Amino acid sequence: MTAWSFILPAVIGLGVFVYGALVYSLYISFTSWDLLSPAKWVGLANYARLFRDESFHQCMYNTLYFVVAIVPAGLVLAMAMAVALNRPLKGVAFFRAAYYMPSITSAVAIGLVWLWIFNPDQGILNTILRALGASYPPRWLESTRWAKLGLSIMRLWQVSGYYMIMYLAGLQNIPNELYEAAETDGATPWQKTRHITVPLLSNTTFFATVMLLIEVFNLFEAVYVMTEGRPGGSTNTVLYYIYTEAFQSYRMGYASAIAWVLFVILFVVTLVQFMVRRRNERVG
Amino acid sequence: MKVKIRPDQVVLYVVLILLAAIMVYPFLWSVTASLKTNRQIFSGNPLELIPRPATFDNYRRAFELMPFGRFLLNSAMLAILVPAASILLGSMAAYAFARMDFRGRDFIFLLLLGVMMMPGHVTLIPRFALVRKLGWINKYTALIIPAIFGGQLVFNIFLMRQHFLSIPKELEEAAFIDGCSRWGVWWKVVMPNSRPAIATLAIIGFKSEWNSFLWPNIVINDYMKMPIQVGLACLQSNMRTGWDVLMAGTTVAIIPLIVIFLCFQRFFISGVMTSGMGGR
Repeated sequence: MTAWSFILPAVIGLGVFVYGALVYSLYISFTSWDLLSPAKWVGLANYARLFRDESFHQCMYNTLYFVVAIVPAGLVLAMAMAVALNRPLKGVAFFRAAYYMPSITSAVAIGLVWLWIFNPDQGILNTILRALGASYPPRWLESTRWAKLGLSIMRLWQVSGYYMIMYLAGLQNIPNELYEAAETDGATPWQKTRHITVPLLSNTTFFATVMLLIEVFNLFEAVYVMTEGRPGGSTNTVLYYIYTEAFQSYRMGYASAIAWVLFVILFVVTLVQFMVRRRNERVG
Repeated sequence: MKVKIRPDQVVLYVVLILLAAIMVYPFLWSVTASLKTNRQIFSGNPLELIPRPATFDNYRRAFELMPFGRFLLNSAMLAILVPAASILLGSMAAYAFARMDFRGRDFIFLLLLGVMMMPGHVTLIPRFALVRKLGWINKYTALIIPAIFGGQLVFNIFLMRQHFLSIPKELEEAAFIDGCSRWGVWWKVVMPNSRPAIATLAIIGFKSEWNSFLWPNIVINDYMKMPIQVGLACLQSNMRTGWDVLMAGTTVAIIPLIVIFLCFQRFFISGVMTSGMGGR
């Protein structure tokens, strides 16, 4: 049948490398396996271990921190940039391109530059802070107190422009008449933003939130080149932990169990958001 | 006509320019530091962007230390080959889902869409185990084949299907009357009518392959087969080379994509617009 010849390559490839891999991954998560000796069935032992593993708990805490530090600020920044650039300003194309550029570069390469920016002695950040009068600026990535904030700033810098473009697209769909009507009613710019722009962008905000959450949960490259989870595990993320457990400590079973927990969390997050949103749509 | 400059516009411009400076500074620093001597990097002022003296020595040393030429070639190969295969296979499947009737069509389509809900990391370990079993470690096949069959392919199927549904059926019917087969119609009528969509997907794919790191980092440790991001991370772990050489390597890794971005900006933008469904 012709139809099958059209879909077969994609279906077979995805069947093996995604669905097959998924089932295989579930199996591995119930074993103890170091790649060299044959896998040994251990039942739920890997999952039980997650409850006792403080490094894992720390990763979860760190991830929560990154969610709080990056998601709301990213949304606000992206929306503000979009609103500011959604008008016929001189140089608007330049500003849009400049804000969007960080999001196309790899976190590995630009992470190296940020490593220098955060350099406590010679980096630009502390140079500026010292010029502003801080005699003991933070030691950023060297400090358990500041490293997470440093990584959050870097990621915020990198991803905001992407969501700005999403918001710019969303703004195109708001009819101008709404603003004109509000103006005849004497609405201030703030009122217009609060009562027209923000609510009518809620669709975009929803997608952006889900994408940002997934992005934060998958924080990896920046950690790999900038901190390796240090100092003291304070910047370790779930994905980086999966990577080190699997490919440095060769605990394939345990790493797979972590991966499944992360998968379930992300799935639930997406599901909950969909449900909340549907309820809101019915109420509103 | 006299242009009046309102004070709120001045404030807006100041904020916009300041933000642009923050966004662009890391790129400027990377490029200029790559032309500086290590001495200037360490004793100079980080706001000073002019290399004194300017030297290409860092690039020479970076290319001597590591096969950066090969890194670039490998990445270019990946960034062209993987999206090309993904778009081709994706369009084929998309065409069947958009235009043909067959048993289980909606169910299979739903099953494929489910892949987009799956974060790539769940399949990382089994994929590695599989690739290892197949003897692909340190081979180009390990870089290419698994990279084709992932979320991006499903995203391409989804988007191409949307696009095909928007093409008027009359175009194809005329070709059928002329005796074209399904394959002929797909290749000669439908695909040429999808150029902007294909270009957008090609750009999304190019970007994500150029920047891909985690997977190649796991399956390749032979320098000659490394893509650029992995090679750059290797240069970093060899930190004795110093910041001057590292920034030369970083610049080499960043610039090609920036150039592509400046040439094909509108496809990058349409890429963001279309990826609301979560493809990246």
